[in-house]
Amino acid sequence: MRVLPALAIVIGVLMLAGCGKKATTVPDGAGSTAAGQGETGAAAGEGQVGEGRELPGASGAAGGGPTGVANVIYFDFDRSDIRPEYASLITSHAKFLATSGSVKIRVEGHTDERGSREYNIALAERRAQAVRSALTLQGAGDTQLTTVSYGEERPAVAGSDESAYEKNRRVELVYGR
Amino acid sequence: MNVRRIVLVLVVMALPLGTAVAQLTVQILKGMAESVPIAIVPLAWDGSGPPPYDVAATVQADLERSGRFRPLKREQLLEQPHAASEVDTADWRMLKVDYVLVGRLSALADGRYEIRYELVSVASGERLLGTAVPVDPKALKRASHRVSDAVYERILGVRGAFATRIAYVAVEGPVNRRSYRLIVSDADGANERIVFGSPDPIMSPAWSPDGRSLAYVSFHSGLSAVYVQTLTTGAQVQVSAKSGINGAPAYSPDGTQLALALSRRDGNVDVYVLTLANQDLKRITDDPAIDTEPAWSADGRSLYFTSDRAGGPQVYQVGLEPGARAKRVTFDGGYNARPRVSPDGRQLAVVTLDRGGYRIAGLDLKQGGLQVLSGGQLDESPSFAPNGADILYTSRTGGRDTLAIVSSDGRIQRQIAASSGELREAAWSPFLN
Repeated sequence: MRVLPALAIVIGVLMLAGCGKKATTVPDGAGSTAAGQGETGAAAGEGQVGEGRELPGASGAAGGGPTGVANVIYFDFDRSDIRPEYASLITSHAKFLATSGSVKIRVEGHTDERGSREYNIALAERRAQAVRSALTLQGAGDTQLTTVSYGEERPAVAGSDESAYEKNRRVELVYGR
Repeated sequence: MNVRRIVLVLVVMALPLGTAVAQLTVQILKGMAESVPIAIVPLAWDGSGPPPYDVAATVQADLERSGRFRPLKREQLLEQPHAASEVDTADWRMLKVDYVLVGRLSALADGRYEIRYELVSVASGERLLGTAVPVDPKALKRASHRVSDAVYERILGVRGAFATRIAYVAVEGPVNRRSYRLIVSDADGANERIVFGSPDPIMSPAWSPDGRSLAYVSFHSGLSAVYVQTLTTGAQVQVSAKSGINGAPAYSPDGTQLALALSRRDGNVDVYVLTLANQDLKRITDDPAIDTEPAWSADGRSLYFTSDRAGGPQVYQVGLEPGARAKRVTFDGGYNARPRVSPDGRQLAVVTLDRGGYRIAGLDLKQGGLQVLSGGQLDESPSFAPNGADILYTSRTGGRDTLAIVSSDGRIQRQIAASSGELREAAWSPFLN
């Protein structure tokens, strides 16, 4: 590409917004999964305690899975095969589900942010399907599992470096939703 | 069986945005040395008090933002003629401009306004354009964009795209408490309207060819589904909520069908075509690879799409007649995805992995050959302007997604910055009436 002299011209394009109005409206049809949205206004004068979020890998007991077992499986870049270190995790969840036939979980697949979004939806689905297969092979019932792919849309960790990427390439087993 | 729910989205076009997605500014990062010098003279105003709208300011901003023109600053105008007959080309030659735009804004008896404008060539003294157009009071900005279109086309020979709109996804908040909004604005970023908002991801907006609807993916039901929303009424219809993935909607050129990526029950994503009137679904690809991100050819007879059947993602083309076989169209490098077709059907924009960075590239469909157009590390989601001259895309800068525009030949590079939040997945509207 030719290198041309750069014209650095900043042009302000002002919004014709109603200035001063707060945009808080969310239409009716949207997020009834607004659970977890929480208060956005700050209590006057006091420090705020933020809403805690459950860290991936936290004990499944709080969410309803097997006690003391993590619920996240991490993947290598561009791979959907389950690493051997997660074999016992999978077995624990599969056994739990096999013995608690009424329990349903979501198997949620994710990728890191690199590459095209819809392609990443498909990649994350491959990961979710791999975990789903592993669970059903070991006793989980087909109807107990719903796979959902979020692609790169729901990162666990913000950041554009490998340490963030490796925490985002994951499948989460979500109980109780 | 799909149940089509019609949900009235209450936050409709009438409600303007508040402070949340604030100013968008456009910065030209790489311009053309040979951009056209032009003088845009403020229009005369025939009424009393200030004019209802500064037409010339919008025209100037439009032409400057295109990167192809270099308008004089208003304070550099030594004279302010208002008609071609008043333009002394010798004087303007001294200011080194090639063209002068002059005009007059008047109030009409019926409550409308009239914009009268003339474009003069400084070299020849010739009047290149002379037009008077009546305008409703609420349409003065849009009419100004049409003046920009006329000037752009007369000088460059390419239809202008200033009176168009863009749709994009705005994301705010930390990773564990995100809010997503689908927004439509004018092409210059003004007049933002929230189309849909949700605490769950929204993706892949796609304009209908008549510019009246948007198809998009939303997770607000808990799973991905494809919706079509009519912009004027806010009515939202769920058009695909099959098991598994519902994604990547793309309207056919005649507006009657949507190409989609569906995984259905087996978790393997393939390309389908859905006829909107009767929900008839036709399967286009059927293989264990990922096939997704369909885009229609200009004649509506084939689809380009991303497939990893060769190992890594590449772009393929498949005809829509029965028995058609897909043929690969990208051969440079190991990652080419997310094709979009130029309006004249001659070029594809794709996301390519180029020396370690994901960039927008153009593929000449006749001659082959991929030309890398953008220079970021994480560029994605290209969308052609309806005149094919520019490509709008997402660029990740400073850890945040922002929008950027590159000319389809790669020579002009502009960045759009929002003062807050992240903007991504922008789709450029078709030409609008």
